[in-house]
Amino acid sequence: MQIGNLEIILIAVTTASACALPGVFLVLRRMTLMSDAISHAILPGIVLAFFLTHNLSSPLLILAAGATGVLTVVFVELLQKTKLVKEDAAIGLTFPALFSIGVILISRHASNIHLDIDAVLLGELAYAPLNRLKVFGSDIGPISLYVMGGLLILNLAFILIFYKELKLATFDASLAVTLGLSPVLIHYGLMTLVSMTTVGAFDAVGSILVVALIVGPPVTAYLMTDSLSRMLILSVIIGSVNAVTGYFLAFPLDVSIAGSIAVMTLLIFVTVFMIVPNRGLIAIARRHIRQKWEFAQTMLVIHLFNHEGLPEAEAESEIAHLHEHLQWEPTFASRVVRYALNNRYVSQNAAQLILTDRGRTIAQRALVQ
Amino acid sequence: MQALDSKAIEVTDLTVAYQETPVLWDIDLDVPPGVLLAIVGPNGAGKTTLIKAILGLVRPAAGNVLIYNKPYVTQRRIVGYVPQRGSVDWDFPTNVLDVVMMGRYGALGWIKRPGNRDRELAMHALEKVGMENYTTRQISQLSGGQQQRVFLARALVQDATIYLMDEPFQGVDATTERAIISLLQELRENGKTVVVVHHDLQTVTDYFDWVTLLNIRRIASGPIEDTFTTENLRETYGGRVAFIKNR
Repeated sequence: MQIGNLEIILIAVTTASACALPGVFLVLRRMTLMSDAISHAILPGIVLAFFLTHNLSSPLLILAAGATGVLTVVFVELLQKTKLVKEDAAIGLTFPALFSIGVILISRHASNIHLDIDAVLLGELAYAPLNRLKVFGSDIGPISLYVMGGLLILNLAFILIFYKELKLATFDASLAVTLGLSPVLIHYGLMTLVSMTTVGAFDAVGSILVVALIVGPPVTAYLMTDSLSRMLILSVIIGSVNAVTGYFLAFPLDVSIAGSIAVMTLLIFVTVFMIVPNRGLIAIARRHIRQKWEFAQTMLVIHLFNHEGLPEAEAESEIAHLHEHLQWEPTFASRVVRYALNNRYVSQNAAQLILTDRGRTIAQRALVQ
Repeated sequence: MQALDSKAIEVTDLTVAYQETPVLWDIDLDVPPGVLLAIVGPNGAGKTTLIKAILGLVRPAAGNVLIYNKPYVTQRRIVGYVPQRGSVDWDFPTNVLDVVMMGRYGALGWIKRPGNRDRELAMHALEKVGMENYTTRQISQLSGGQQQRVFLARALVQDATIYLMDEPFQGVDATTERAIISLLQELRENGKTVVVVHHDLQTVTDYFDWVTLLNIRRIASGPIEDTFTTENLRETYGGRVAFIKNR
């Protein structure tokens, strides 16, 4: 494999990991829409910083974007506090307004330079290694790798240092207030990181697909674990798998790498959503089917139990006429009888069904509940 | 040691308003140390808001709150809070022991991680509420009563002097309600002050020794025998309290 390709994969994995970490907290705080808003609303910050520096990879761009991101959160919260606008509508009002300022600035003052709308929306991972970082004249690798690596370390450090505070502020913000661990500080710290990570990732994958990197891996990991720390680790792993598989999907198809990473994000989410034990769709469907047959068998033993020892018992427990008494489909009834025989809830005596001790216990237990 | 004659909680002229709508009007409230106090009143009377205002969770439009003669912010550590069960997301990926340990976060302060000592305290609190066999249980798999016990254990590990609880009996079964009330009475025996937002007028005289009747303004507050009178209740609920036994 060429060194350029390896660099693309490294950048993709680093970007996905850096995005997945704060994404976990956005998902748990039900704020995923906010990442969408931030990813668009930071545009005017980037454009203004670009006018100052004339350099698309200046660290000032990231700081300016971070500030605009936090400003977005503040605007949304101010609108919400009036109680005249709900959160989703407040987000929907804020980010197009800020984004459009960015678009107008670009088309008015920067139409002939590299900062074009396509690059902003979609990014292009394949070009990411072209921008090199040079120290004393020697090439030490692509700039994006250093930018995203730095952001990954920053996010990781923030989460490791403030893990307890992040957990409490996310689970129970009012308790955090009463314990003196300001959830507001944590909130804005997190939002600053989301903004900075978004703008870093934006160069590589664009402002729309960055949302897939922030939201996709955490929601997938959420289905797989009951522990916050494991959810963080799994998110990073899933994000990296999405990035690598997306890259290898893009090559033979000759399509945008960022696009195919987003497709893989969706595919892996859907796969996990289907097959994960206990709460996946398949597990739920199987449980429903099992419960349906178990319930039918319970109905059968209760029916037999209620008529046991009574004069009508013989008629009520006749296999051939069972479906008429219970108003079941004949095929359904014979299947329930077969299952109940297999489970030794009942035994067969000529044409009659007779409750076993086991079946009687089940009927009694069901009736007590 | 706190001076015996000082008030555990002293609320003066507290008004809380959302926009221009007052939720609490000029509340004066003294809570002496070592009582088990019920705050009762109809829906929308401002019971939860009063607790939140004492805790600094809502900003008052006027008035002051003192905890043992000092502002609340300097006394945070001695005030424990049990919010309404429904105020958090029980699908959060964490287990019972972890939630109880959160009660220790205040004592730990910023950044410091909980250690073995905190785990022991949390285990001890879980034993107190009868949940020691559920330590690793995912919190979404708890019943309403079990969730409430976990919240109580979380407040117990704070080792506070004053406890403020928002409807700890809401949606719990009779066994849990009895377990909770005996725990609260035990706290009072140990000199703690316990303030509980309560809904069930029938049990007020059995469970509590002090009561505050609230309906946007404070109707009455004091020992049950002087305060929990038909007349006061009628004033609080507007004459719809015929079902109350007159003691």
